[in-house]
Amino acid sequence: MRKVHWPRNDYSRVPYYLYHDAEIYQQEQAKVFRGPSWSMLCLAAEIPLAGDFRTTWVGDTPVIVQRAQDLSVHAFVNRCAHRGALVRRETSGNAQSHTCIYHRWCYSQKGDLTGIPFQRGVRGQGGLDKSFDKAEHGLQALRVEVYKDVVFGTFSADTEPLSDYLGPMMREHIATLMRAPIKVLGYQRQAIDGNWKLYAENLRDTYHASLLHEFLVTFGLDRATQQGGVAMDDRHRHNLTFAVASSDSDAEANQAYGAHKLNSDKLTLRAPALLKFLPEFEDQRSLSISSMFPNAAFQRLNNSLAVRQIQPKGVDKFVLVWTFFGYADDTPEMSEHRLRQMNLLGPAGLVSMEDAEAIEIAHRTSRVDADRHSVIEMGGGGEISDRNYRVTDVPLRGFWSYYAELMGIEPEGAVR
Amino acid sequence: MITAEQRFAVYDLYAQYASTADACLYDDWLNLFLPVCSYRIIARENYAAGLPLCLMLCESRDMLIDRIVALEQANEYAIHVDRHIISGIRVTQVQGQLLSVEADFLLGQTNSEGELSLYVMGTYKDTVQISGAQAYFVDKTVIVDNGCIPHAISTPI
Repeated sequence: MRKVHWPRNDYSRVPYYLYHDAEIYQQEQAKVFRGPSWSMLCLAAEIPLAGDFRTTWVGDTPVIVQRAQDLSVHAFVNRCAHRGALVRRETSGNAQSHTCIYHRWCYSQKGDLTGIPFQRGVRGQGGLDKSFDKAEHGLQALRVEVYKDVVFGTFSADTEPLSDYLGPMMREHIATLMRAPIKVLGYQRQAIDGNWKLYAENLRDTYHASLLHEFLVTFGLDRATQQGGVAMDDRHRHNLTFAVASSDSDAEANQAYGAHKLNSDKLTLRAPALLKFLPEFEDQRSLSISSMFPNAAFQRLNNSLAVRQIQPKGVDKFVLVWTFFGYADDTPEMSEHRLRQMNLLGPAGLVSMEDAEAIEIAHRTSRVDADRHSVIEMGGGGEISDRNYRVTDVPLRGFWSYYAELMGIEPEGAVR
Repeated sequence: MITAEQRFAVYDLYAQYASTADACLYDDWLNLFLPVCSYRIIARENYAAGLPLCLMLCESRDMLIDRIVALEQANEYAIHVDRHIISGIRVTQVQGQLLSVEADFLLGQTNSEGELSLYVMGTYKDTVQISGAQAYFVDKTVIVDNGCIPHAISTPI
């Protein structure tokens, strides 16, 4: 791999080719996604019963997440040990075992190889050698930990315990979001023509939120003038962005946004129930979104609750899977409210549809002049630290510092 | 049974739906819906599993109007031209003036440099009301087969 030249050691300049280089992509599959990091796999509520499974991806590696008969949760690579074919093709189901259709090799709920047709051949001819040991050919297992009904997996034996990996900030945010048993309301999927890291950055970029997403500003859902801030874990790999609705005034916001005039004086919603915020958490935050390195986000926007999973699909594409949920004890009215408020987010989200376009135009034009770089300097350069204001992109530098550390591409004297 | 005139009214409704949406004539598009109406886009994945989550949910004409205002004045999205191909229009149930109608659609998008991509494909499952020579949408459910939406959803499907 070519040596990465970082123009500055605080990651305030990010070379464009990191988004486009095929070798970088291969390296990050090995060192980030299959390296010492935890990825979010699914929610425990999606596989409540013995035998329930879901298929997902860790980086671009296909994975089966399975609840076994003893209710323990397992995860293993969804790729037959024989010829490398996808074993389980459905996105979800319930099964005692998994059989590859190609040559019918069969695996247990824990990924152990249990059956090989014609292992001893036919009439003493053919088949596998007697020395062939099935125990050596199971589906590659991931380490699995479940925290607050969220299922995480890692490929590496060296990954720190999940609790340490998440740290107090992520643990608290997930615990608040998963405060009661949940019920899944459904899925949204979105394929974006851009490198997955552009989305990881987007999630950590509070500077863009109230500029790109005009709807947020217009209707006071999220403005840079509101109380809020960004917080990171001590390694700066995860990020939390939060805001308190109604903590500013239209007049204050108008003054701050200046030439970028707010629309709020001329636009009103005919159906304002869409924006209603029914407080349901101890903190007063109306917006609280955390992003977990490398593949997940945990979201509260008003009463819209979801987890998002990033699935890289090569250098130029990623799929975003949104799993929306409510609580098992929601009233029918609250469920309806959450389903209505879904309009704010996802691929058709009134406040999120712009992200796809922003990422695609950034990806498209950074391909050329790969020796150039982006500028990440809102909130200042140098030290990477939490801010109690929102016009900042310091958490992007936090992402890159941990990414560079895992990839082994840190500049000399790197800021961490 | 419905009359030939009623059937033509239904066909015209879908033709107008496609032509007004593709020409961005959203006021005319909106007028194909009755005052009390709903419009939703849902991924086949959720629809088939009985999960209620939509991709877009407008429970009233007011919510549809809000969507159009946001589209025209607040949202940013890829510059594109839509082209709906609607076929296989079928009346599956008749209750007086209220009809259950299904149709299949294909929506292509062409970008500002003239490149075409197949965007979404799916089925409409609608309730249509016949009023004189004109048909109107009461409830429109857009079931998208490729629920893994390319890019984003901005303009109507």
